Amino acid sequence: MRTRAARMELLQRAGMLLVFALLALACSLFVPSFASSDNLEALLLSVSTVGFVACTMLFCLASGNFDLSVGSIVACAGVVGAVVMRDTGSTALGVLAALAVGLTAGLVNGWVVAFARINPLITTLATMQIVRGAAYIANDGKSVAIGAPGFDALGSERLLGFPLPVWMCAFAMVAFGFVLARTTFGRSTLAIGGNLEAARLAGIRVERIQLAIFGLQGLVCAFTGLVLASRMTSGQPMSSQGLELEVISACVLGGVSLSGGVGSMLAVVAGVLILGTVQNAMSLLNVDSFWQYVARGSILLAAVLFDRWRTRA
Amino acid sequence: MPPTELHLRFQGVSKAFGAVRALEDVTFGVRAGSVHALLGENGAGKSTLLKVLSGAHVPSHGALVLGGAQRSFASPAEAFAAGIAVIYQELQLVPEMTVAENVFLGHMPARFGLIDRAELHRQARTLLERVAPEIEPARRVASLSLGERQMVEIAKALSRGARVIAFDEPTSSLSARETDRLFTVIRALRDDGCCVLYVTHRLDEVFALCDAATVLRDGRHVKSHASLAGVSRDEIVRAMVGRELTDVYAWSARPRGALVLEVEGLAGPGLAAPITLAVARGEIVGVFGLVGAGRTELLRVLFGAARRTAGRVRVAGRELDVRSPRDAIAAGVALCPEDRRKEGIFPLLSVLENLNVSARHVHARSCGVLDGRWERENARAQTERLAIKAASPAQPIATLSGGNQQKVVFGRWLAGTLEVLLLDEPTRGVDVGARSEIYAILYELARRGVGVLLVSSDLPEVLGVSDRVLVMRRGALSGELARAEATQERVLELALPRAAEGAGR
Repeated sequence: MRTRAARMELLQRAGMLLVFALLALACSLFVPSFASSDNLEALLLSVSTVGFVACTMLFCLASGNFDLSVGSIVACAGVVGAVVMRDTGSTALGVLAALAVGLTAGLVNGWVVAFARINPLITTLATMQIVRGAAYIANDGKSVAIGAPGFDALGSERLLGFPLPVWMCAFAMVAFGFVLARTTFGRSTLAIGGNLEAARLAGIRVERIQLAIFGLQGLVCAFTGLVLASRMTSGQPMSSQGLELEVISACVLGGVSLSGGVGSMLAVVAGVLILGTVQNAMSLLNVDSFWQYVARGSILLAAVLFDRWRTRA
Repeated sequence: MPPTELHLRFQGVSKAFGAVRALEDVTFGVRAGSVHALLGENGAGKSTLLKVLSGAHVPSHGALVLGGAQRSFASPAEAFAAGIAVIYQELQLVPEMTVAENVFLGHMPARFGLIDRAELHRQARTLLERVAPEIEPARRVASLSLGERQMVEIAKALSRGARVIAFDEPTSSLSARETDRLFTVIRALRDDGCCVLYVTHRLDEVFALCDAATVLRDGRHVKSHASLAGVSRDEIVRAMVGRELTDVYAWSARPRGALVLEVEGLAGPGLAAPITLAVARGEIVGVFGLVGAGRTELLRVLFGAARRTAGRVRVAGRELDVRSPRDAIAAGVALCPEDRRKEGIFPLLSVLENLNVSARHVHARSCGVLDGRWERENARAQTERLAIKAASPAQPIATLSGGNQQKVVFGRWLAGTLEVLLLDEPTRGVDVGARSEIYAILYELARRGVGVLLVSSDLPEVLGVSDRVLVMRRGALSGELARAEATQERVLELALPRAAEGAGR
C-alpha cells in the first residue's frame, strides 16, 4: 500500500517532466535542427528568463497569491541599472540600484497585500502599470546602451559549454526548490496558501512571510532584468511585456495550483521547459507568430483540463 | 396518526470509491409521516448514503425505491425534481441574495425572463409562513442568524415540493432555543406527511424528536428500529460502536496545582464586560454559553487571535503580552479552534505537515532548514500517542475522519511546552468512540499539569468532563459552578438571557 502510494506520488510529481521528455524526443525526431547544440543553447537561454522569475512566482502562487508586476519590474530594473551605470560609470552602483528598485517594488506589493489586505490581483495590476511607467520615465522612454566595464559578462560569459544565465537559472531552481521543500519558510508558504486562518492560529507569522515572498520576487525580477540588460547590452523600457503571463502559464502548466497550497519546483521546471520547447519548435517550423499565441494558449488550456480530469478520476 | 406506508426504501445500496467500500448492501425503509434517525460513527457511511439520496453519488449497486417506484438519480437536480431535499451542515445558500431569491433559486417566477418580484415575495412569504413567519422575504441571507438560515433552507426544499427531507447534523451550531424551534418545524413537516431523515451524533435528540432509527457501522446496515419505544440509549450506542461503551466521559478526580492561567479584567471584541478567571494546573474548566455569548471570542482574545483592549493575563506566573498567536504559543498557550476545516487543518497537506507546523521552527537547524529526522520522529510519536488512524504520515489530512483530524490538531501542540490548552468545540462532528479517546487525552494532559479551558455548546459534554463550569451570557461571565453543583438546569438558567434584558441576540 505504502510503496504503491509512494509510486503514485512519484508519478504524479514526475508526470509533467515525462511529458517534457516525450515532447523533446518528438521534437528532436521531427523538427529539423532542433537537436543541434546551437539550438539547444538558444532554447535554454530563452527559457532562463522565465525560469528565474518562475522560481519566486512558485512561492507567490503556493502561498495563494499572485503577481502581475514581474514583467514591469524586470524592465524597470534593467533601465534603472543602465541609467545609473551610464551616469556614474560604476557597474556595482548600477547593479545595486537595479536590485533596490526590484526589492522596493516587491516590498510595496507585499505590504499592500499582507498588511493592508488588498487582493493581490488588484495590487499587482496597479504596480504593474506604475512600475512600467517608471521604466519609461527613467530615460524618457528610450532604451539605454550599457558600456560599463565587465557588465556584459553577466549575460555572455560561458561555463562548461553553457552561457552563465543558464547555470544561474539552474542554481536558482535548485536553491528555491530546496527552500520550498526543506525549510520552515517554504513549508509555511504552503500552509498559508492551504489555509491562511489556520496558519495564523498555528503560530505562523503570516504577514511577514507574505512580505518576504513578494520582496524576494522583486529581487529575483531585478536580477533577471540585469541579466537581460547584459545580454542585450542595453536597458529597454518596453521589454518583458507579457512576461507575467508566460511565467504564470509555465507554473500552472507544470501543476502549481492557482488557488494556493500546492506546488513543487519539479512542476515549475517541467512547465518552463515544456513551454520553452513548444515555442522553440514552432519558431523552427516557421509557424506564424500570430498562430504561436493560439497554440500556447491552447496548450495551457489543455493542460489544466487534463489536470482536472486526472484529479477527478 | 402516522401512516404506515413505506415512502422511501434503500434497496441493497452499495457504493465503492476505488478499493474503499463506503456502503455495502444497505437496505431499510422510511415511513411517510415519520422522523427517521440515521445514526453511526464518523465513517459509518451516513454522509455517503445522504449523497446517494441526493443524487450526488450514483450507487455501485442497489437502488432507491420512492413511493413504490424504483428510481436512480444521475444528478442532484433530478433528485430535487423527484421531491428529495438534503440539507447539509454547510447550508447551500447565497449570502448576498435575498431570502426570497434563495428560496426560489433556480426556479424563480418570471414573465418573459423577467423576474416577477412581487410574485416572488408573495410565494416566498406563503412558504415561510409554514416554518418561520418572522423572516422577511426581502432580507439578505447574510443578515440572518444560522438558525434562520436553516429555516430558509427548509422553505427552499418546500418550494420544490419536497416530500423527503434529510438533515445532516442540523443542530451542531444552533443554540438551545434555535434547536427547539427547528424541532417544532420538523414535527410539523412530519405531521404533513413528509418523510424526514435525520442524521445526528446526539442521542438526546434522537429520543426527543425521532420516531424510528437506523444504525450504520462501517458502511453496513446494523439495525433498524421501527419504533423507539422501549429502546435504550445504551442499545443504540452499542450498535453504533459495536462494543460495550461504559461512560463516555469517564471523569475522575485529579490533583490540582498552582494557578497556571490568571486572567484579570480582560476585554476585547465580542466581550461586553471585563472577564476575570483563573485555571489551576491539572484543572479542566468548562465554559458554556449560547451561540453568541462570547465564548469563542474569549478564547481568541486569550490566544492573541483577536486584539486585547484591556486586562492582564498571566501564564505560569509570567505576565503575557500577546499580540499574535505566535506570542501565545511561545508562552505555552495552545488553541484548538472551533471550525476545524476553516481554522484548524491544512486540508491539502499531509498528516506530518499538519502535526509539525507549530513546533518545527524550534527544532529547525540554522536558516530554518528543517530537521528531517525530528519531523519524522515527532509525526510518528504523536500519531502513536494519540492513536491517529492514518495509513502513513504522508496521507493527506483531508482523507481522515473528523475525529482523527481533531486528534492531529491536538497533536500539533504536544511537541512544544504546553501550559494552557484552549479548546473550542473539540468534539463537534466527532463520533462517540473518538470522543472518549479525546477526553482521555485531555485527562492525561491535565494530570501532567496542563490547565484546560474547554468551550462547548454540548452541555452534557461540559458537565461530563469539567472540574468547574463557567457560564457566559451576552459577552460576560454570568456564573461559576463547581462540578458537584453544576446541573443542566442551573447552567441553563445562567446561560439563558433574562427576560428583562429582552430577546434576540
